Amino acid sequence: MSEILNNSGLFLALLGAAFATFMAGIGSAIGVGKAGVAAAGVLSEQPDLFGKVLIFQLLPATQGIYGLLVGFLILSNVGLLGGVEEVSLLKGSLYFAASLPIAFAGFYSAIHQSKCSVAGIGTVVKKPDQMGKALILPAMVETYAILALLISILAVNGINGIQV
Amino acid sequence: MAMLKMQRIYIYALLKYCKDILETLQRRGVIEIEDMNLEDSVFYKDDTSAFQAQYQRLASTASEANGILSRYVPQKKGLLSSFKGRKQITREKYDELVDETQDILRIAYDIISCQKNIDTNEAEKIKYQTQLDIIQPWLSLDVPMNFTGTATTKAFIGKFSGPKTSTEIVTELAQIIPDIEGIEVEIIHSDQNQTCVFILTSKKDADAVSDALRRIGFEYPSYVSPVIPKQREKEINKHLSNRDGRILENEKNIKAYAKYAEKLKFLEDYYIMKAERYAVYDDIATSRNTFVLSGYIPEPDADTLKKYLEENYDAEVEIEDAVNDDAPVKLKNSKFTEPVESVLATYSYPDKHEADPTSIMAIFYYIFFGLMFSDAGYGIVMALACGICLLKFKGMEAGLRRSMKMFFWCGVTTTFWGLLFGSFFGDAVSVISNTFFHTPPPDIPGLVVPIWFNPVDEPMRMLMFSFLLGIIHLFTGLAIQAYNDIKNKEYLAIIYDVISWYLLVGGLILALLTMDMMQNIAGFTLPPIWEKAGLIMAAVGAVIILIFSGRESRNPIIRLAKGAYGLYGTTSYLSDILSYSRLLALGLATGVIATVFNKIGSMMGDSVVGIIMFIVIFIIGHGVNIGINALGAYVHTNRLQFVEFFGKFYTGGGKAFKPFKINTKHYTVKEEN
Repeated sequence: MSEILNNSGLFLALLGAAFATFMAGIGSAIGVGKAGVAAAGVLSEQPDLFGKVLIFQLLPATQGIYGLLVGFLILSNVGLLGGVEEVSLLKGSLYFAASLPIAFAGFYSAIHQSKCSVAGIGTVVKKPDQMGKALILPAMVETYAILALLISILAVNGINGIQV
Repeated sequence: MAMLKMQRIYIYALLKYCKDILETLQRRGVIEIEDMNLEDSVFYKDDTSAFQAQYQRLASTASEANGILSRYVPQKKGLLSSFKGRKQITREKYDELVDETQDILRIAYDIISCQKNIDTNEAEKIKYQTQLDIIQPWLSLDVPMNFTGTATTKAFIGKFSGPKTSTEIVTELAQIIPDIEGIEVEIIHSDQNQTCVFILTSKKDADAVSDALRRIGFEYPSYVSPVIPKQREKEINKHLSNRDGRILENEKNIKAYAKYAEKLKFLEDYYIMKAERYAVYDDIATSRNTFVLSGYIPEPDADTLKKYLEENYDAEVEIEDAVNDDAPVKLKNSKFTEPVESVLATYSYPDKHEADPTSIMAIFYYIFFGLMFSDAGYGIVMALACGICLLKFKGMEAGLRRSMKMFFWCGVTTTFWGLLFGSFFGDAVSVISNTFFHTPPPDIPGLVVPIWFNPVDEPMRMLMFSFLLGIIHLFTGLAIQAYNDIKNKEYLAIIYDVISWYLLVGGLILALLTMDMMQNIAGFTLPPIWEKAGLIMAAVGAVIILIFSGRESRNPIIRLAKGAYGLYGTTSYLSDILSYSRLLALGLATGVIATVFNKIGSMMGDSVVGIIMFIVIFIIGHGVNIGINALGAYVHTNRLQFVEFFGKFYTGGGKAFKPFKINTKHYTVKEEN
């Protein structure tokens, strides 16, 4: 029994890495998909706006990358990318906890950012010169993913240093 | 940091020079013409809408002709053609082309009429093709399809849907009209979809048979050949080849005009220019022999224009300083900071009463972009790409040129920070050296070991640095507010709105830095004496804000309430400063993702396949990373400027200077003087 408990540390760390990556990834996939649908609609009428609407489509893509980032940091810290280390149950659970901010904030902020993106695409269609302002509004939503990313990174980094 | 002084200009001249003067103004592009709104017994406005419409139509004719031409003679367009911008032609060349406009216009009409011919012939072809399809099953019929019978017989030529044999048809008919005999049914053609039949009966039974046939699903064909189908087929084929010949001939005609493509583009530009010039007539006032025009002109251009118009066209030019608030704004900045004007323009132009923040914003813009992108390799790629484009395409449009310059400088700062943080395509040098040369990498400062420190290893240090930059940025914004107050001679406002915040926020930060917690976070604490000093500063600041931020209200209670609300603004400073943590987060994202790609690339190990894999993944992976992170850096740098920085001082709302100029698509004219 104690052996199982001791070994599940690595499992929890991996679960954390997976959680960060797939939650934020799903959010981004939904977001980029929604914005892409709106962008494709614009292209049927105004193909020359491709460059501009593409930027709007890509805005919700970053959360997935933040998730990947945290996932990668965890994998790298527990040695799953070469030279597996002993990961205690506590340490594994800590890594799992550290993945939660970016997993959830990434998931929801990507979806809601895409709503702003879709609206921004609508603005750009009518007034292409208002691109700058239309771009700032979705960027506001991303702030919270960035804050979550920050905490996730700091936590993962901190856990690596402690001896438990 | 400057706004050009805007002046009002009035031009009075003889009507006979009107056209020439307008052409000069359009080519120089230094005046924003304003509606005179002058109509009385002497002055009136010319209605030129008919001319405008006509020239616009001619412009679209030229563009349509060129579009048709490019369909038959593909015009070479490089991948980078959008960087090239409009072609520049000399004044002589321009005059030469203007002389040719009538001929070129004729060519344009000819091209369009050739295309119309082609379209008609194509339509005809489709009609014949349909006929051909319809008579195809009838080819073995040896009478014309409108054959109705002889003196004693009646013929029915038509079809049933679906396959049918003659026995089936006869049986079906016999069930409806059992007493009529001598119906002859000949199957001309039968397949899955239809059965074409020729039915002969005696004339006296014609009505009964016709009725019966209709009941069993007989129908007449949609096209009836008036001659024997075989002969009709020959005729149609002849028609088709005739039409093909005509289409080819017209295509040849169009292709012969290939060399006029450039001139057609000029024609379009020429008529657009003319239409715009006529649109100006709406804004100027004319009398029988004179006209008056008013507008705005930036000061540096005013004297040369005045001199030129007075010498060449006997015009009378009056210039005075524009004092009204709605005068347009034109910015003037150094080469280094000017590119960021376009970012400012997407927010808003500065109002007349405030300073142009471009130059200060530019410095922070480059620094923040570099910090978020923070990879020496990526910076070099970006700076090189922009630099080469700038050198190679001299005729690039002004707006694009500005963006290119901006990203060039962003690339330079990115390289700078990348070297400080020791990131060059992530950890590419170490990975290559470890995987393919099996030695630890040489300690090259900047490429392998950071010159300053590595933010991935010491994120807290980087976070503190980000906050420090953020505080400097915000305080600079407040300083610009002070500058604006001085400009508007509101000296007390500096104490109430600027110094008070310096004291409050600065004092709180000092006090915070003395706390024990900072030892863990920042690695240092200030001696306790600063705590007292900081708190006193903050208290003084808070009192000033409480009393004076609602100073426009007379009622003391409302005033205090407003003051308390102003004090609540401290929280916004807290969130503003925390917002700069994105400098760390986005910087880490670039570096770590670059590392991920290097890692994936090196997984195949040291072999020929491994090397190829590494190169492919390296190019694709870093390409994607550059794209996504450059976008992120751009958007979030803009956000830091627009929300955090501008929030401290900038109101904007100025109107951009939009001169009357040549707004063409393909050409610009070079002016000698």
